[in-house]
Amino acid sequence: MAIVELKKAKKSYGAVDIIHDVDLRIEDGEFAVFVGPSGCGKSTLLRMIAGLESVTAGEISIDGEGVNHVDPSERGVAMVFQSYALYPHMTVKENMSFGLRIGKRPKAEIDERVAVASRILQLDQLQDRRPSQLSGGQRQRVAIGRAIVRNPKVFLFDEPLSNLDAELRVATRVEIAKLHESLGNTMIYVTHDQTEAMTLADKIVVLRKGRVEQFGPPLELYENPDNVFVAGFIGSPKMNFFNGTVEKSGIVRVAGAEFPAPFSAKTSQPGSLVTIGIRPEHFDRDATPDATIDVLVDFVEHLGGTSFIHGRLADGERIIVERRDVGDLKSGKSIKAGFKMKDVRAFDAAGLRIR
Amino acid sequence: MLLPACAIVAFFLLLPFVLSFPMSLTNRRLIPRPVRFVGFDNYIQVLTDPIFWRALFNVTYFTVLVVPVQCGFALAMALLINQKIPGRNFFRGALFLPAITSIAVVCVIWGTLFQYPTGPLNQIIGFLTFGLAGPIDWLGNPNSSMPAIVLLSAWQAYGFQMVVYLAGLQGIPGDLYEAARLDGASTWQRFRFVTWPGLRQTNIFVIIITTIQAFKLFTQVNILTQGGPRDSTVTVVQYMYSVGFVGQKLGLASAVAIILFFIVLVISLVQRAVLRDPK
Repeated sequence: MAIVELKKAKKSYGAVDIIHDVDLRIEDGEFAVFVGPSGCGKSTLLRMIAGLESVTAGEISIDGEGVNHVDPSERGVAMVFQSYALYPHMTVKENMSFGLRIGKRPKAEIDERVAVASRILQLDQLQDRRPSQLSGGQRQRVAIGRAIVRNPKVFLFDEPLSNLDAELRVATRVEIAKLHESLGNTMIYVTHDQTEAMTLADKIVVLRKGRVEQFGPPLELYENPDNVFVAGFIGSPKMNFFNGTVEKSGIVRVAGAEFPAPFSAKTSQPGSLVTIGIRPEHFDRDATPDATIDVLVDFVEHLGGTSFIHGRLADGERIIVERRDVGDLKSGKSIKAGFKMKDVRAFDAAGLRIR
Repeated sequence: MLLPACAIVAFFLLLPFVLSFPMSLTNRRLIPRPVRFVGFDNYIQVLTDPIFWRALFNVTYFTVLVVPVQCGFALAMALLINQKIPGRNFFRGALFLPAITSIAVVCVIWGTLFQYPTGPLNQIIGFLTFGLAGPIDWLGNPNSSMPAIVLLSAWQAYGFQMVVYLAGLQGIPGDLYEAARLDGASTWQRFRFVTWPGLRQTNIFVIIITTIQAFKLFTQVNILTQGGPRDSTVTVVQYMYSVGFVGQKLGLASAVAIILFFIVLVISLVQRAVLRDPK
């Protein structure tokens, strides 16, 4: 178990900076999830921690020890790859024990560790199979087993669920969460899927273009996003954003309607442009809304339990409203979507949160 | 659309191949003469000719030497040009050049290099050993003639195997190497446990192809030694050539061709069975 710490970690390929001065501390036993759109540098950051990518500047330390120039195998990390990266010509048992065997560990110890990992992951029956004879989910478990056998201080997962079908993805997600609970190791997990991030993480690190936009517990990021990007990235469907103008005396005008400003009058000058954000699931939850907004319905998506109403405001801006009961709402109709002011987030012209 | 190609292949490849079977049972000669059915006389004559057995031994010796040398060199070069080194494309092109050079030209070049006693190769050896190792009569000595042929043959032909190995190397997923690095595998262990097993299919193909090519050894020998000295470089194809075109006995030469065909077929099948994945 270990603390992973990044100090001004930077990665460049030639003149192109991929990771910009990332400062981050992942506590002992914490489950950290790096999340962001593709190309945001989340995998690169993970690979820098693993030692598969060199660090251009700054320092990475694991368990208090600087590892910039430590060989990947000496860092006390184990990695689960998106493609599983199982050795195709080796059996399950040989795959899991490979690191120990070339490390010349005693046979009894190897057998013991493989047996323990196999029991945890229910791989006992598959010991002599080769990867080609396994299903995707089984391969995934072998890849995780190979990591467990190494008894690492830190587990690294690089989009481990992307190659699984939807049902298996949910099941494996739960397995990984349980595994973290029982092993208690520090884990770092990379995904582009914000649902995985929300459900697994103790701490989410949102990355964009090689920079950390915000990090914190999932609900903290959900409730208190620092900027428009994080607000839009966390939550599904994404938060609705509307253009607003600050009127005098703490009033915001959105699509012709006026609302009390969800920030102190000091933080924004009258006349300045702001972005107002409300999550689809925050509409119509309360019988006594603080305010309502007129929505012209485009179409309705029925998900069974709930429905998403896709529509437009009076000025044409798009909006999604989530409702439990929509009756026989048809496109072309107009509805009033109510909300509480405490659920409204506001951002300035640069996209930063105003409180 | 495929018809013209099929017709050409059938006429110039399949037909002569099929015709050589009946021809091998006749006394047909290169010049028009009455043809007579002779049964298996040609086969008996070939199989009782000590020169044929010498040729078969020579070509086996050549194969045993050239397959590991040529494939090993090809693999080494493929590993080299698969690295991210500056000027990689230049090296790829340069290393492939011998493969597109005519074998006749290669023979002239190496014939010059091999010259006794003052050829460049002998001078280099003399220089490196301070004159201790005397000049070697590469092509004139029965002991060194076949190894010399092996050397130039491997040099000329390795480019093809190199390209096949390169394709094989690029088919191995990169994250296997990364997983092996995290498992603590050294460079050698990554080669031994990731690259080598990953090249299994490539190896089977390359070794069989090279073996078949090796058994057909002819041009180099015909240009440089004509089978000498003292029959040390006589090969089966060269034997066939001298029987058919010098001795003008087409029936007999056909019998040699058929025998060679079955030898190569059996060896290829055995190799495939041995090298095939046990599971």
